[in-house]
Amino acid sequence: MFGKLSWSAIPFDQPIPLVTGAVVLVAILAVLVWVIAKGHLPYLWREWITSVDHKRIGVMYTLLASVMLLRGFADAIMMRAQQALAYHSQGYLPPEHFNQIFSAHGTIMIFFVATPFVIGLMNLVVPLQLGVRDVAFPTLNSVGFWLTATGALLVNISLVIGEFARTGWLPYPPLSELTYSPGVGVDYYLWSLEISGVGTLVAGINLVTTVLKLRTRGMSYLRMPMFCWTTLASNLLIVAAFPILTATLAMLILDRYFGFHFFTNEAGGNVMMFMNLIWAWGHPEVYILILPAFGIFSEVVSTFSGKPLFGYRSMVLATMAICIISFMVWLHHFFTMGAGPDVNAIFGIASMIIAVPTGVKIYNWLFTMYGGRIRFTTPMMWSIGFMVTFIFGGLTGVLVAVPPADFLLHNSLFLVAHFHNVIIGGVLFGAFAGYTYWFPKAFGFRLHEGLGKAAFWFWLVGFYVAFMPLYAVGFLGMTRRMQHYDVAEWRPWLIVAAGGAVLILIGIVFQILQLVVSIRHRAELRDRTGDPWDGRSLEWATASPPPVFNFAIMPDVSGEDAYWAMKVRAKQQGLQSSEPDYRDVEMPRNSPTGVVCAFFATIMGFALIWHIWWMVAAGGVGAFATFVAFAWRDHDEYVIPTAEVARIDRANLEQRRAALSLAGSA
Amino acid sequence: MNVLDPQGPIGVADKTILIDSIAIMLAIVLPTIAAIFAFAFWFRQSNPRAVYRPDWAHSGRIELVVWLIPALTVLLLGGVAWIGAHQLDPAAPVEGTGSPVRIQVVSLDWKWLFIYPDQKVATVNTLTVPVGAPLQFELTSASVMNVFFVPQLGSMIYTMNGMVTRLNLRADREGNYQGLSAHFSGDGFPDMLFDVHVMSPLAFPDWVTKTARSDQALNADSYQQLARQSVEKSRPTYRLDDPGLFEAIATQKIPPAPGPKITSEGAQSYLGASDVR
Amino acid sequence: MTDTALAFTHGDPQQLRGMETSNIAHGGPAPKRIVTGYGFWIFILSDMIMFSAFFATYAVLLGQTAGGPSGHELFDLRNVAIETGCLLLSSFTCGLATIAAGVRNERWFQAAMAVTCALGLAFLAMEGREFADFVARGAGPTRSAFLSAFFALVGCHGMHVSAGILWLLTMMAQVFAKGFRADILRRLLCFALFWHALDIIWVAVFSVVYLLGSAV
Repeated sequence: MFGKLSWSAIPFDQPIPLVTGAVVLVAILAVLVWVIAKGHLPYLWREWITSVDHKRIGVMYTLLASVMLLRGFADAIMMRAQQALAYHSQGYLPPEHFNQIFSAHGTIMIFFVATPFVIGLMNLVVPLQLGVRDVAFPTLNSVGFWLTATGALLVNISLVIGEFARTGWLPYPPLSELTYSPGVGVDYYLWSLEISGVGTLVAGINLVTTVLKLRTRGMSYLRMPMFCWTTLASNLLIVAAFPILTATLAMLILDRYFGFHFFTNEAGGNVMMFMNLIWAWGHPEVYILILPAFGIFSEVVSTFSGKPLFGYRSMVLATMAICIISFMVWLHHFFTMGAGPDVNAIFGIASMIIAVPTGVKIYNWLFTMYGGRIRFTTPMMWSIGFMVTFIFGGLTGVLVAVPPADFLLHNSLFLVAHFHNVIIGGVLFGAFAGYTYWFPKAFGFRLHEGLGKAAFWFWLVGFYVAFMPLYAVGFLGMTRRMQHYDVAEWRPWLIVAAGGAVLILIGIVFQILQLVVSIRHRAELRDRTGDPWDGRSLEWATASPPPVFNFAIMPDVSGEDAYWAMKVRAKQQGLQSSEPDYRDVEMPRNSPTGVVCAFFATIMGFALIWHIWWMVAAGGVGAFATFVAFAWRDHDEYVIPTAEVARIDRANLEQRRAALSLAGSA
Repeated sequence: MNVLDPQGPIGVADKTILIDSIAIMLAIVLPTIAAIFAFAFWFRQSNPRAVYRPDWAHSGRIELVVWLIPALTVLLLGGVAWIGAHQLDPAAPVEGTGSPVRIQVVSLDWKWLFIYPDQKVATVNTLTVPVGAPLQFELTSASVMNVFFVPQLGSMIYTMNGMVTRLNLRADREGNYQGLSAHFSGDGFPDMLFDVHVMSPLAFPDWVTKTARSDQALNADSYQQLARQSVEKSRPTYRLDDPGLFEAIATQKIPPAPGPKITSEGAQSYLGASDVR
Repeated sequence: MTDTALAFTHGDPQQLRGMETSNIAHGGPAPKRIVTGYGFWIFILSDMIMFSAFFATYAVLLGQTAGGPSGHELFDLRNVAIETGCLLLSSFTCGLATIAAGVRNERWFQAAMAVTCALGLAFLAMEGREFADFVARGAGPTRSAFLSAFFALVGCHGMHVSAGILWLLTMMAQVFAKGFRADILRRLLCFALFWHALDIIWVAVFSVVYLLGSAV
């Protein structure tokens, strides 16, 4: 009746997941009870859960990422503690747990922290920067978000029902085949990622179409903000790479569920083919993550230096070069598989070539600062921290791109330090910079500066203390994913690394504190002008937060740094021109399609994992019915009448004018 | 296990390339980082002496330089990579003194089997070799992927079931070293460390003779025992009864080793009855 | 506001000197029909990449018959030719349906869609019989890596055709219930693109899997 599901799936005999699961369950119930008791549910349903507004969806993506960051970090600190303790000892985590923890850590951080974080920021900002009202497919946007949330939910359910994969964040066969991983862990991984992969693909299609087909009048390609270019490149990569992941995971599913022989040891299966396929996705994936971060840094460095971005066209060229070359380097993930010197050398050289446009970007940011008037706000601190840290990460990357060097360092903690160096120093610092920079736009008040800076310093120092020792211990021969070890030289470094993790924990505490304090003091931190940073691009031309339609009249753009030009013109011609010619605005209606779809996807995913076939069928029927119900809608848009548009816009302009005259315009 | 303290020519060459590459890149990276700090400091808003250039965002000359610096660096490193990859191809034979020693390596769950086909002996978790002689490894796996790695001897290589990879090394100093698996392979993975004894070329034949007198024989049956999922705490040695054993494993005439049998749907150890500590 | 606001004298920091966009005026966001079609094309491209992964896998595993039957022994090219004919013809009738929608003729639209559906179902029936036949002969997907790759690739295409038929029936119902409304016409555009893309993929399947596979 319930497939493989039985009471033995619940970890009654394992205190850590049991207690964690219980605490989380109680916390979720408490939040739900509070929300319903206070009567917030209708508001939440109407304004957030069924919203198809890109700004709301962007915030929800970012919220999902932040919550999952806590889960992924909990895994990290558990691993560091285990490795600090487990010298001539089993530590406190037996292998079957430790192995799940490092697998969950990687899976969650890549798929449910980094990816949703950048997608969230792109969703929030890109339509505003392009001067338009929403993304190309708003309801699809909602579906994409909710399917990602489904994936995150399934991974977390594995903590309390069953187990998670014990293969690492990429399930290499034959270890991930049924023979060597007979439990449900790998199945949780596979279905969670197949479902959220659809969500990511949908976001990719949406953002590509938005950037290519929905820009305001006058905004040709070379007048787009840099963040929109990196959004384009990143989402082109999503569209091109994620289908490969879908196909590869599907093949592993066919092996495990139906006895196919894609990657088995028997009957002609080919494990090397899995490596090639998965890394053909995997390498573009990391560029999917880093390119939006590069875009964020372009925006932040330019704004807080008070200058346009240096070498804009060069940056565009570099971005698209990175986009294309990222598909040509995948073999550097398995130089040691024995491909032969010609193949290894070619992929090594290609991997180095991709460092050229990346280096160009660093120099262009450097020269954006040159001749600027730099304000060291929190986003700018994250940017400078990124520049220094990412250069080291890039250095170690080019190092392991040299095959003989990789022959010593493959899979070692040196490698682990390298990719954390570029992902934390690059993607995460960029996400934090973007979060701080665009928070006022999303919510109407700034984040507390002092706490933000404290968080930054603890993260920065904590990162170096946590990961520089890992470079050292990688040179000492230590390989990754070791649940215990007997080599005395490794231990001191691992203890220091654990200390670094604690510093990062303090940084995270400061970030949570910053959010709480900022919400408490939001009146003092309010952004009344919509332009708290003296920005250069169009999102700062709207109120904070913008009205649902973003712009009453979509702006006419005649150059780069569109908003900056508007401000300069306003200064030269006097503060206000004549009132715009207001019109009716059509906006897409909210829709429960996304959340209902995700509900059925969750049911189907869980049922597929546990082999509950009738539930799979029921979920499938439900999902199809949802699509048909959505298709049967007669009214998918609603009209905001001219008078209402005018009222909202006038109020925003009035507030901005008042705030500017209070501040004393120069 | 320090890769920066190599004891053989492959390790030395790998390390040289490592250090040289770092040095080449640091030559670019350190000035760049210095410039980042310098510009950030000089052009801070509170510095009245810094010249504000709000319109300056393009310079063809600077663009040329910023594209050239990384490009030239990559050109140089690319050359290093090409030459290094060819010279240090794991399958390329290494020269040495004395006759080459052929070692057939099988990674099992969770131990290493070393078969010496010419000497007709086999050992588990101990690799004994003569100093200075070329070591010709042929590697395969009984089950899942692993990586054979002796950090102080140099390059590592994957092991995969149904396939044979090749590695050539040489140990240039007598002593005891350690090797490990550098690819996660399951619950017993951390215990896949093995000892490497590098002895004089005079002592090696004595070791062979002694080991060949072992009362344990390695053949298809005793191999099946080894192939069960367990951690090996002792260091058994065998006389090799079946010289075609490695080939049988590598061509799957002997089927891949079995995996675990689970008893519940929650997380459980795959180490079976074997006690780890 | 900061004191940087005043500076920015000549507004051409990239020294473009009016080079770009003087003639190429960007007219604003594209109309809905174009946006919808464009987005769906991007989806189709992504789907083709997914198929490419299966094609690549098939090519790699072509020789891995594990002592079992190969394509040469199994494939009935006459059957495949009929399947191809059905699918190609269904693309033609789908085109007719599109034209009928273009001139808002509901009767011809429903007729053409019904024929398309019938042809698609015929294709699926023949493919299903082929699969069942292989399995009965001990050449199912669990027999060898080659057969796994075959069943996955051809089966993936078949699943897309099945999904297409579900979509087709839904579109017929929608037009029946609501007529040729603008949003329904956009969906028909997407459906037609999907159906034709399936045909293109089939041509690749037919060539790579059956023709090349028979030669091995």
